[in-house]
Amino acid sequence: MEPTPSQTIGPFLHIGLPWPDGAHVVAGDTPDAIWIRGAVYDGAGELVPDALVETWQADPDGTFDHPDSPGRCEFRGFGRCPTDDNGEYEIRTLLPGAVDGQAPHIDVSVFARGLLNRVITRIYFPHLLDDGDPLLDTVPEDRQHTLIAQRTDDGYRFDIHLQGPNETVFFDL
Amino acid sequence: MTFRRDPDGTHPPLDHPGYRSTALRHPKQPLVLMPQRLTELTGPLLGPGRLGEHDNDLTVQHDGEPIGQRIVVHGRLLDGDGRPVRGSLVEIWQANAAGRYKHRADRWAAPLDPNFEGVGRALTDADGHYEFTTIRPGAYPWGNHANAWRPAHIHFSLFGTSFTQRLITQMYFPDDPLFFQDPIYQSVPESARSRLVAAYDHDRTTDHWALGFRFDIVLRGREATPAEDA
Ligand SMILES: [Fe+2]
Repeated sequence: MEPTPSQTIGPFLHIGLPWPDGAHVVAGDTPDAIWIRGAVYDGAGELVPDALVETWQADPDGTFDHPDSPGRCEFRGFGRCPTDDNGEYEIRTLLPGAVDGQAPHIDVSVFARGLLNRVITRIYFPHLLDDGDPLLDTVPEDRQHTLIAQRTDDGYRFDIHLQGPNETVFFDL
Repeated sequence: MTFRRDPDGTHPPLDHPGYRSTALRHPKQPLVLMPQRLTELTGPLLGPGRLGEHDNDLTVQHDGEPIGQRIVVHGRLLDGDGRPVRGSLVEIWQANAAGRYKHRADRWAAPLDPNFEGVGRALTDADGHYEFTTIRPGAYPWGNHANAWRPAHIHFSLFGTSFTQRLITQMYFPDDPLFFQDPIYQSVPESARSRLVAAYDHDRTTDHWALGFRFDIVLRGREATPAEDA
């Protein structure tokens, strides 16, 4: 059967998609919870206030709440946050564990008005890259930094540039 | 097992000059190939905890009924091999009968309907079937080009069972005269456009109650051979 084509999420996603607990992959009082925050920028360096950022990740042991995951866990693993008027999103979560010989990472989908399909990127963590990563190794070296979050007081910062001199690396899945 | 890549000619290009907002929002660097590993082969399985009682009937979410043509929109969520995707969350959002969204950024001078939120959720059943009762949304103008109007549509969000299958799209109504000038609809390769158009479904039309429309949604299917690495 032929797959259904994608269409843009449009400018009015906020009425349909945000959930009250969307940004909270874990509850606020969970020990070791971190904030991942960032902004979405367009090719002119302008903030994008009508994007949706979704995250999918393993728990700290590297397992997923999914039947195909060896050692299924009950960690939701999924985060969803629309950008605000300042183009900012935030996700409350736990650091993922290593998965299958890969460095700890979070898969990210970005949807927005003006994006006719989602774009896909990955968040890596600066102190968790010592053993390398098979996907990151395929990214041109001078662009790898766009996939590595920066440490902050209460977690990490991961800005997303859809276009421009600092364009984030996006993947063809 | 990994998922088949969508064939060329399925999705719109990210750079589509007719839709002006793509100009500054599409990546210009080449995309990097992402082999499907465990993170991509799994995904959120969001179930009943996400649904309220009236989430699949957008006509009963308030004390009064919304204005407009009552319709039933239903169909099956399938993978590319025709297998039903079961127990999967389907989210929709739409304009009211006058073409106005209940959104603070929608400034189109059409009336809001106090009895219409324009938001629905449903879970697919064991056959992958979902169903919504709603009202037919109106067309609405936008600033993309002179006299630009979006054809009536309902926004759909689907998860499937993996990060790889995630899809957001729009459902249109048959024979809409506005298709010819809509760059979002036209961004889809021509041979795939009809997959975004619901079919009028007389069998699902209810006498003296509602018109039926059928919209089946197909997500990526599995590769025939096992992946060489997981
Ligand atoms: Fe719309």
